[in-house]
This record gives sequence, structure tokens and C-alpha cells, in this order.
Amino acid sequence: MHSICSQATAVPRSNFAFDSHALALPISKPINLRFCGLRKEAFGFSGLTHSCSSRVQFTSRGHSKRISASAENNGTPPKSFDYDLIIIGAGVGGHGAALHAVEKGLRTAIIEGDVVGGTCVNRGCVPSKALLAVSGKMRELQSEHHMKALGLQVSAAGYDRQGVADHANNLASKIRSNLTNSMKALGVDILTGFGAIVGPQKVKYGKVGFPDNIVTAKDIIIATGSIPFVPKGIEVDGKTVITSDHALKLESVPDWIAIVGSGYIGLEFSDVYTALGSEVTFIEALDQLMPGFDPEIGKLAQRVLINPRKIDYHTGVFATKITPAKDGKPVTIELIDAKTKEPKDTLEVDAALIATGRAPFTNGLGLENINVVTQRGFVPVDERMRVIDANGNLVPHLYCIGDANGKMMLAHAASAQGISVVEQVTGRDHVLNHLSIPAACFTHPEISMVGLTEPQAREKAEKEGFEVSVAKTSFKANTKALAENEGEGLAKLIYRPDNGEILGVHIFGLHAADLIHEASNAIALGTRIQDIKFAVHAHPTLSEVLDELFKSAKVKAAAPSHVPVSEPVAV
Amino acid sequence: MAHILQTAFLPSTSALRRTPISGSKGKSQSLQVKAKIREIFMPALSSTMTEGKIVSWMKSEGDKLSKGESVVVVESDKADMDVESFHEGFLAAIMVEEGGVAPVGSAIALLAETEDEIAEAKAKSQSSSGISSAQVVEEKPKQKEESEPAVPAVAPTVSSIKTVAVGSAVHPASEGGKRIVASPYAKKLAKELKVDLGTVVGTGPMGRIVAKDVEAAAAAGVVAAALPASPAIAAPVTSGIELGTVVPFTTMQGAVSRNMVESLSVPTFRVGYTITTNALDALYKKIKSKGVTMTALLAKATALALAQHPVVNSCCRDGNSFTYNSSINIAVAVAIDGGLITPVLQDADKVDIYTLSRKWKELVDKARAKQLQPHEYNTGTFTLSNLGMFGVDRFDAILPPGTGAIMAVGASQPAVVASKDGRIGMKNQMQVNVTADHRVIYGADLASFLQTLAKIIEDPKDLTL
Repeated sequence: MHSICSQATAVPRSNFAFDSHALALPISKPINLRFCGLRKEAFGFSGLTHSCSSRVQFTSRGHSKRISASAENNGTPPKSFDYDLIIIGAGVGGHGAALHAVEKGLRTAIIEGDVVGGTCVNRGCVPSKALLAVSGKMRELQSEHHMKALGLQVSAAGYDRQGVADHANNLASKIRSNLTNSMKALGVDILTGFGAIVGPQKVKYGKVGFPDNIVTAKDIIIATGSIPFVPKGIEVDGKTVITSDHALKLESVPDWIAIVGSGYIGLEFSDVYTALGSEVTFIEALDQLMPGFDPEIGKLAQRVLINPRKIDYHTGVFATKITPAKDGKPVTIELIDAKTKEPKDTLEVDAALIATGRAPFTNGLGLENINVVTQRGFVPVDERMRVIDANGNLVPHLYCIGDANGKMMLAHAASAQGISVVEQVTGRDHVLNHLSIPAACFTHPEISMVGLTEPQAREKAEKEGFEVSVAKTSFKANTKALAENEGEGLAKLIYRPDNGEILGVHIFGLHAADLIHEASNAIALGTRIQDIKFAVHAHPTLSEVLDELFKSAKVKAAAPSHVPVSEPVAV
Repeated sequence: MAHILQTAFLPSTSALRRTPISGSKGKSQSLQVKAKIREIFMPALSSTMTEGKIVSWMKSEGDKLSKGESVVVVESDKADMDVESFHEGFLAAIMVEEGGVAPVGSAIALLAETEDEIAEAKAKSQSSSGISSAQVVEEKPKQKEESEPAVPAVAPTVSSIKTVAVGSAVHPASEGGKRIVASPYAKKLAKELKVDLGTVVGTGPMGRIVAKDVEAAAAAGVVAAALPASPAIAAPVTSGIELGTVVPFTTMQGAVSRNMVESLSVPTFRVGYTITTNALDALYKKIKSKGVTMTALLAKATALALAQHPVVNSCCRDGNSFTYNSSINIAVAVAIDGGLITPVLQDADKVDIYTLSRKWKELVDKARAKQLQPHEYNTGTFTLSNLGMFGVDRFDAILPPGTGAIMAVGASQPAVVASKDGRIGMKNQMQVNVTADHRVIYGADLASFLQTLAKIIEDPKDLTL
């Protein structure tokens, strides 16, 4: 479910890069890859290579070198496989893996049954960010109070629904063609059709009604992603009862829409719909809204994102039956108490958005051919993304990344997992630290987090016998936030006072999604608070919220741990 | 009972709620050793703080509190701060919801000492009017002043929907009035403006209640309350008034205040007239049995007079022109519980007196049930305000914005009158006083209108035509 809202902030950048670039130098693609932070990092090296060699030279040279290298490692005779790596699914995870594989010199193919880009680009993060960009601006323009405080005068703001929808759609196509071109440019073979595993190291693919092609590869990555999950009893007609897939097309802006589920997807859509004038009713099965978030952040978020807006909610209820509008009747939603299962209420609304999470898309993958049984549809994997079969044994040369394994349903997590797998198959053992993967929800203001929530940290501390401390800073004290008149916000640090380890960071406030990376990088690199607190932040910037956060932590560890005092450097 | 006690005891017991040391109340409290239900006050978090906003309740109703435990986060003018409980007990009732603002020193929640008293405290916080009297009777130390309709069950919206629905708003979505269907924003507004959704008729899709319906319902009260006086003053004002306290305006009262100030921008003047009512009284006696009311008679007479003086039925909308209204709609001020409303007798000049009387009765019933539709209270072109039934012999009305004139009607009283032929006799006389917008209605207009009106009332045969 999470994958829908990741990676938004990179979007406008990539858009821009593409525009300027596509016109001038259509062949030189690497710069386009900026839309994905991880990819950009991974691609830094190949970008250099690319600049001084043609595409064909680059790929072929890379190939010969790496194949021999892999041959040495594995003792597999070269040329016995069609490819070194086949990736089933060309979403963000598959794309990330493919680019890294090319960089590592692997002959790579990617099988795509639908459209390149997967959920994120076509039906998730990317178009939703376009809608959220619109909603953010609308919200600002409509906030008379906010404008007045800045001394601005704006006459009534309005919008053209089709224009907004087109913006989202155009953005998705741009990013999609960027992705496709970037892979083509690097020599990744894009095989069209649904892929399925027919045996060890063997994959078939083909369009419906056409003969299947069989290809072999030394290693296979399953990256088939997920689809919106629709609980039983809910009839989706695509018009009045919809999933995020339909909502992103913005074919209508209903007066009153019920959103089933108050996670990332629901929350982001509530932001969009209320900015465009809808009223929203949340239906949440758990006792509180935004159950996935740190409770304190969730509470604050509710205070800012729910209570003052045209939103009401029913918590602790299941929507057991949702009937689309027809024959002049509205959409009806039957609610039962989540605990007692007794009928609670019936709602009549103009539309219902089902945002109850996402289900893995793993049907028809041929997993039975290699004795793998999915768990609630998810492909079981170990911490290295290696697929586990029904007997609990690892399936050699088969990996599964992204939403299909369900470890962390975020686009950038899928990509990171893919890169981790490529590292492993090219001879370097690698285990991805999922606790260092940030997540963000692009409401206005944004919510972001990395690592553990406070309750999770306390539970862990109890089990493992260490102490947990919490530090907090407010956006109210930040100059830049106040300059924007957006002082509402909180950053929260959960850490070990004994050794300065960062356990989790949660931010709610202006540009929270961009701010989280200082914390996620610190966790990924094992940087301790006593070290990072000496890092300098430009003034005045929002990043000082985190600066202050680290400085306000009270770590008992005596001296900076592993970073030696460096030589004085003067400029 | 409550009301009786209240009026009797109020002078000596009010204002004691927060200073329970003085007077009889203080004694009773000291006798009542076990002060079981305490208030949690809005603390002063800084020297400059006058009010605080509840950021969040860290505890829910029913939660146990130990001394020194944080209960609530309050946002002052300076910062957000946790507020601790000074006592042990159970958080019985939250009186100011999250996001609400309360002045420093006012109660924001009730703390019960034992679990058993939670219900009691809750009940207290819920009982809205007659609280002061309940206080006197039960001699309980602490009370909740103004009650939020506190919600008993877990899911607030759901349960309130179920309990409120008393079959008023009839629309397709409500299953014949069993449920209330209101949009999220409408619900929010209703809470804010203290409008009972059960009394609002929805005009949204499928007949649901939408924000503008709630606004209209709230405005109805405001428009009505903009009038200076009313017949049949109930006594809602006296309930629960604490002497020596400052009570901020409710949203509706705030709007009334704004309207009143706005009326100052209209240049008004007044013209009075004394009308002999013997003939009218006689007519009234004659047709009273047919359900005709004095109000209807006065409205009819006024309408007939207006028909001859269209300028008095006009108004000035933009400061540059006369707006001559096509129909004569007489708005009549009526006091209802908690406010004032002006049901409108439409086309009063054309409708016969019996129909008009029936219509009037229907409007009054609807007004009391708070079921008036917007067009039934905001389409008046001329307003009547009658305080005669209280013996008021003359008064003066403020012109409701958007209309041209309002007539204040005093009591009809016997007077010794000298007639032109030099004789002295007894006659019933009634004083009327018209307030009008001088931008469109001039003194001569009012004078001739009043002359016509007097003629009609003094020779009322036309009224029954």
C-alpha cells in the first residue's frame, strides 16, 4: 500500500530535466534518471562512462567484462543462458534493479506485461504527486488567512478538473517514457508480455493469444508489484466506487466521497479531494485514524489534516458492503462494528474510494513449477530477497523484490531491494537495512518517517534491555518555516541515550518528506547523534529543524565514537 | 421545578460556581465534605495568557489519572504545554474538545474521584439548561456550565445520528426521517453554530443536509434576532445566567451584534401615529371564533395600506436605487425559545383573512419546532413587531437590514378622548411607530401610509373581504 506515495519530491525535478533535455539531446539519457533518488546514486558511475563512450560501446564492453567475471564466480559456463538477469516486472523496483545490473555489466532483460513504470509511475506515486501539487497550491490560494498574513491578495481560486487530470496523466506518460528510454539506452532488453516461471532459471513470456517465448537466465528477479486491495462485499464499478487506479484519473470530483482506509493513500486523496472542494468521510477499521504512524505524529496530523477540514470519520468499523450508485440512488455503504460485528450504520454518499491497502500481484507467475507457495499472495523471501519454497528451502537463483514480497511496500524500497540483489549476484554480499528506508506521505504539510515508532522502540527496548529517549523540536521555532507562515509541525527523534543510536525519526511539517533523508542516511550509515550533531546546516533552512533535534538529544556516551577528529581545514 | 427554583435562587447563588466560599452555597459545600467531582481549569501558562487552546487530550473520558499526570496539552500564546492533574481520579467529562478555546480559569473537564461518579459527572456535563438550579437542589460543588451534547458511545457521529433523528428532516436519504443524512462539513458547521441537525431540512443531493442548509438555519435565527422586540417573550434568557460573569457571544449572538452595528449605516427616522381600534376590536370579537387572530388582522390591514403606498414596501439595496418589491410579504416577529424569528405572511394583501390566520398558526407552529424553511422567514418586505400584549404602549424598532420599514405596535388601551364636536368620550387607542430607511422612504410617505392604515383599521370592513 505504501508504494503509492513514495518518491514524490523528485518528480518535479525529473519533469524539468526531461523537458529541457529531451528537446536538446534526445539520446543522452542518464540525466533523465534523476526522477529516482536511488537510481541517480546508483547511476553516478555509469554516467561518467557514458559521457565518453557511445551507448553500444558501453553496453557491449560492460557485457564481456562482467560475464567473464560472473563466470569466474559461479563456475557457470558463459553463453549457456540467454541473459545474466531477467526481471519480471518493469516497475520502479525492476527498473532500479535493471539499471544497477547494467552498471555491474550483466546482460539484463526486463519483462513487462502492462506498461513500463508499474504502479508508481502509472497509477501511484507519480500521478498522485501531480494531483497533490495542485491541491497544495489550491489550498494555499484558498487560505485567505494565510494569504493575508503574508500580505497577499488573491481573488477566488478555481480549477479546471480536466486540466488537473491532464497534468497528472501527462506527468505519468513523461516519466514512463523516461523510464523506457533510460532502459533502452543502456541496452536492457524489454520483453513484452506476461512473464511466468516455468522451471529453475527458465522464464516464459508472451502476450495473450500469442505463442510463449522461453528465455533462460542465470538469475531471476520477481518484481511484479501489487494491485489495489478490495475487500469482499465491495463492488467496484470504476465510476462511483473506485480504487486509487481510477481516482488518479480524476474523472470526477464528487461532492461527498467516503474513503475507506486512512493510511497513506487515503490520507493523500483526502488532501486532494478536500482541496478541490469535496467533503470526505473516512472509514477506518482500527480505533484511530492513521494507524500506521507514530501515535504522537498521528494525533498532530489529525489536528491539522482532518479536524479543520471538511472531513468526518467513523473508526472501529468495517465497510461490509458497498454498492455503487445506480438508478438515482447514491452509493450505499454498510458499516459494522469492527469488534462486535453488529450493524452500525449505513452511509449514503456520492462516491467511495477504496484505499484499504494493496494486494501482491503474483497470480499466474508459475510459482508452483518451482514449489513455491505464496502467503496471502506474497512471495516468501529471506532477508536477502531470496525466494523460499514450500519446504522452507531457498530456491537458487530466484529473488523477489518490492510489493510482491510485502516486506516494505514502497517504490524506493523495491528499488533498494533490487540493487541489493544485484550486488549479491555480482559477488558482493549485501543485506538491506529496512529500518533505514524512509517513508513519506505527501499531504499538506507532509509526514515522513524512518525507523521505529515510539511504541515499537519502547517494545524493542524492553525486550533487549536498553533505555529509550525522545527528543522533539517544533517548526514554530524555525525561521524558514515562519517565513513561509507554516509553523505548524513537529520533528521527533527516538534514540538510545546510552550510545546515541538513532532508532527512529518522525517529521510532520513543511517539506517533511525532503527533510527525512538526513535521518535516514544517518541510520543507513550508522552515524550516531553525538557525531551528527556537529554537522553544520545552512541558515536559515528547514533542515535546522533536524539540526536542533539532534542537538536537543541527551546522549550519555562520552566522546564522539568512531569519527576521529580530523585535521583542521581552513579555506 | 428547575425554572421555579432557578428564578428564586439565582440572585443569591449564581456566580458561586467558581468561588464557592461565600454565601449559603459555601456553607452547603463545607457540609458536603466529599467534594467528589472536581473541575480541571484552563491554567495560566504565561503572564500574558488570557485564553488557551486545547491541543489534545492525552486522556480520554473514563481514564484514570494519578496526581501529577499529564492530562491535556494546551496551546498558549507562547507554546504548547502539558497540563498535569492536581488530583487523583477519573477523567469524567471533557468539556472543551480538542481545538476548542477556553479562557484562563474556566473549566475544561470534570474529574471524578471514583469510577462510580463518572456517570454522575457526565450527566451533569450533559444537562444543559437548569444547571444552576440542579446545583442548588443537589448541593454539588462543581458543575458544567454549558454542555456539549456529550456523546456516550464510542463512535461519536454514528450514535449522535441515531439519537437525534426525530423525524423532522424528511428526505429520501433519511428513510422517512429515521436518520439524518448530513455531509461532513454540514455536521461540523452544525456543531460550531449549535444548530440541531434534526431541525434542518436538507436541500443537497438526495435531500441530504449540506453546509448551506446549516448556514441558512443559523442565519434564520440571526435574522430573526436582529429585530428589537417580540411578542410572547418566553423566558429562555433567564435560564442559567451567572451574575458577575462575562459570557462571550455565541456565533449567533455575534452575528446579531454585527447586524445591529450594520443597521447603523442605514439612515432611519421614525413616525408615530395613534389609531382608534374600537371597530377593529369589535370585528375581532366577531370573527375570533373562526380562528382569526389579531396578528393576522394587523398584518392584513398593514398589507392593504402598503398596497396603496408601494414606496413603503420598497427597500434600498445598493444605495443608488429603489427596489420596489413585487409582493407584499409581512414578516411578524415571534419570540421562540432561545431567540427570535420572523415568519412571513406572503402576499398578505391578496390572501383572505381566514386563510391568513390559518397560515399564521401553521408558521408559528413550525417556528417553534424550528422547521421553518428559508423562504418562510427571510422573504419579508415589511416587518411588524407587536408588544401590545405585554401592555407596552409605545416602543421603537430597529430596521432589519435589507428591508425598508418596520412597524412597532403598542397595546390598544382605553383613553379619554375629546372629539371634534367638543364631546369627551372613551376610545380604545393604539400607538404605532414606523422606523424607515430615509434613502427611499420619506416622511410624507410614511405619514400618508399611516393615514391610510388608520383609515383601514378604524373602518375595518375591507379586512374581511
